[in-house]
Amino acid sequence: MSITIEQRRQHRLMTIEKSLSTRHRKERRFRRLGLAAVIVGMTLVATLFASILMRGLPAFWQATFYMELYFDPEVIQVEDKPQQASGESQAEFNQRFAAWQTQVGLVNWQSLIDAALQETLDEEIEPRQLRDLRALLSSNERFTLRNKFVEDPSLLGQTIEVKMLASANVDVWIKGNIDRDLADARQQLSAQTRAWADQLYDAGVIRNAFSTSLFLNTDSRSAPASAGLAGAFMGSLFMMVIVIALSVPLGVASAVYLEEFAPKNRLTDIIEININNLAAVPSIVFGLLGASIFIGYLGLPLSAPLVGGLVLTLMTLPTIIIATRASLRSIPPSIRQAALGIGASKVQTVFHHVLPIALPGILTGSILGVAQALGETAPLLLIGMNAFVANVPSTPFEQSAALPVQIYLWQGNELRNFFEARTSAAIIVLLALMLSLNALAIWLRKKFETRW
Amino acid sequence: MSNLALIATLLLIMALAYHLGLTRSRAVAAEHDVRMHSRPGYYGALVALWCGLPALTLFLLWSFLAPQLIDMLVTQQLPIDLVAGMSDRELATFLRRVTALANERSVSGGGTPEELAAAAHMARLQTFENLSLVALMAVCAVTGLVFARRNISPQWRARNQVERVITIALAASSAVAIFTTVGIVLSMLGEALKFFSFISPAEFFLGTTWNPRFSTSGTDAQGEFGLLPLLWGTMMVSAIALLIAIPVGLMTAIYMAEYAPSWLRNVAKPIIEILAGIPTIVYGFFALIVIGPFLSSVGDLVGINIRTTSALTAGLVMGIMIIPFVSSLSDDIITQVPKSLRDGALGLGATKSETIRQVVLPAALPGIVGAFLLAASRAIGETMIVVLAAGNNPVLHANPFEAISTITVTIVNQLTGDMDFASPQSLVAFALGLTLFVITLGLNVIALVIVRKYRQQYE
Repeated sequence: MSITIEQRRQHRLMTIEKSLSTRHRKERRFRRLGLAAVIVGMTLVATLFASILMRGLPAFWQATFYMELYFDPEVIQVEDKPQQASGESQAEFNQRFAAWQTQVGLVNWQSLIDAALQETLDEEIEPRQLRDLRALLSSNERFTLRNKFVEDPSLLGQTIEVKMLASANVDVWIKGNIDRDLADARQQLSAQTRAWADQLYDAGVIRNAFSTSLFLNTDSRSAPASAGLAGAFMGSLFMMVIVIALSVPLGVASAVYLEEFAPKNRLTDIIEININNLAAVPSIVFGLLGASIFIGYLGLPLSAPLVGGLVLTLMTLPTIIIATRASLRSIPPSIRQAALGIGASKVQTVFHHVLPIALPGILTGSILGVAQALGETAPLLLIGMNAFVANVPSTPFEQSAALPVQIYLWQGNELRNFFEARTSAAIIVLLALMLSLNALAIWLRKKFETRW
Repeated sequence: MSNLALIATLLLIMALAYHLGLTRSRAVAAEHDVRMHSRPGYYGALVALWCGLPALTLFLLWSFLAPQLIDMLVTQQLPIDLVAGMSDRELATFLRRVTALANERSVSGGGTPEELAAAAHMARLQTFENLSLVALMAVCAVTGLVFARRNISPQWRARNQVERVITIALAASSAVAIFTTVGIVLSMLGEALKFFSFISPAEFFLGTTWNPRFSTSGTDAQGEFGLLPLLWGTMMVSAIALLIAIPVGLMTAIYMAEYAPSWLRNVAKPIIEILAGIPTIVYGFFALIVIGPFLSSVGDLVGINIRTTSALTAGLVMGIMIIPFVSSLSDDIITQVPKSLRDGALGLGATKSETIRQVVLPAALPGIVGAFLLAASRAIGETMIVVLAAGNNPVLHANPFEAISTITVTIVNQLTGDMDFASPQSLVAFALGLTLFVITLGLNVIALVIVRKYRQQYE
């Protein structure tokens, strides 16, 4: 009898022994699967960043001409720059100045550039080659030259070294972003222009210089090489100011009310569900709300940062409320009881004791919410912010682009070879802004985190 | 006076009122040699509120009503035969031009003599209106200030009143969220109803062809607005995304919560959080220039024709986007499972993976399902990735390697460009938006209820 029990015991132990190796194998397999998932995730992310950095970083440097340019008095035949005479009214002066500017505008600046290029190439250019020659430089450099002269008319008759942007196609050619072995018919530039570009690059006239135009210029259709982010940046800045000014106070106030003051009843329950739900509503729905109410009903201007800011405020509000509530909830009740116990009123307790302690958490949540709003694109498309805007907005009521929308517009540009890099560069700028905001939030949380 | 200057002045006066109230309460206390009910600051604040709030209310009401009143007065002044010949819409345009002229902005075509006359009249009225507003606000502010300041006495419960105003203001801000929801529902419903006056709901919800044509004003050329191809596309892309995101996200969460050493957790968690913050347009661009061509060449290798912009491309990248979302939600939920459950299983001799699969996951299941539903609702509402990478081809087909279109893409396509709220071509965006809102709302509510129940279970 006792033997059979012993046998059974042995048998059971044996089965366990035997199954143990399989079970451990399974354990290891499961563990590896988990690690694999982490690695897959990280690899994908690494690919994303690597591919965007690889494409975008070269775009921060742009093919640029460094050459001597002669401000030929024979070409620039204009009067002296008017000075405001004593006794002359401002209006009269403005009129004279405008007339002078028109005169300057009529000068054939392009011929100066043509002459400078001929000089640099050390070649006699026939008129039929002019087209090829002009394809070298960005088409709006003649205006840059004009502006330079308007600012400093003493340049007349002088030869100075100027820095001019090469055209987008030359930039692509120099950087090798287009297959150099493609047949002539499929190249953007003529054979002559390509030869010149190579010649000038070897001679050091065309260099890859840091592209200030990317930051200082606005979007441009006629001269893609000089398209920049300044307008989009200002638009985004205006929107962020509006979002911060509206969503943070409103969000914190409603979170404080719901967490500290509101009676627990059906109404507050509904508000709570409603806020959680709003946080998960697709952003494009907020865009529809903006299009219908702010633009259709209230008649606010299309593509204005004001409307964008309002829409993004409504979108960010739930995020901030939820973060603030979590932050308030993590404060132990003993703080409140202590304040109430020594005679503080409810409002005093909240504003003098609870809120200051919750501040780091609130800040973190708000920064994360604002960063999210900064990168939002879809709702802005619906309120017309995808319009082409060629100047930097000076008020939030003017038409403007925004950083993420600029990325959307650029990625759709037909000049693919050039704008793929340009778009990646814009993405790098946007990501740098967002990641530094995020890093700031995480740092704040780490620094002020209190464990009770 | 411009509105901005007016408000700034009011704020200045309020600051002065605060100071007056404060000094007055101190003086009263010294005079009667008693303890005041509240501290001096509260009296100051209360006087400032008495001074500012009525004036501010007046200002808001005024700036809402006055333009309408002026429009009415100007219209009455117009020659009868001019008004009689105009439709409501023409009258509105006329008034808009007159308003522009009165504010010294130029209008196209310069402005007719009638318009100029009306504009001069309007400008006079506006000057009068502005002056009277300033005067009334001043009266309000000063009356409030004087009244409140004289009322200061040891018995006046300033703190309670100030606190009541604060509480009301707090409650009012939490109403903004409610108004947002109401605004979303009403605006979408309103515009969608307008759309349904062109196209019957049955045609919209059951139609299998999407071909809206271009909105040509004046013609009756109406396209076909069938929702099903778009809904199908949305479902297909979201399903692909979830097929990627759920296994990877869940396994990541399990590994992070149960196996990972703490240093890895400390590094990986912020990274995952940052990933969740990358704008979707970036993912879309990534899909377009990297994943799409890659998939296409892989397809060439194995002999399948995969388009660069296809349901697969969009779905795959959307999956990548949702991984951090799924993993951080699941991580929270897994770590909430009480330690006692794990200890029990381990004590019985189960291996760690057995504990996870047979004890932790079943216990966490409701929460995890909730997380999946939230992820699904995100995938359905995602816009930029599909706009860039799905190819916009609203046709019912089951091939994930082909281009497809979704509800969100179509909303963007129909509503960008001309903003004309009268044609079915743009109004359909609101009907689509409403559909999207209802679908995601349903998913969210179910998910939130499940997650909430789950939380209560272990609290």
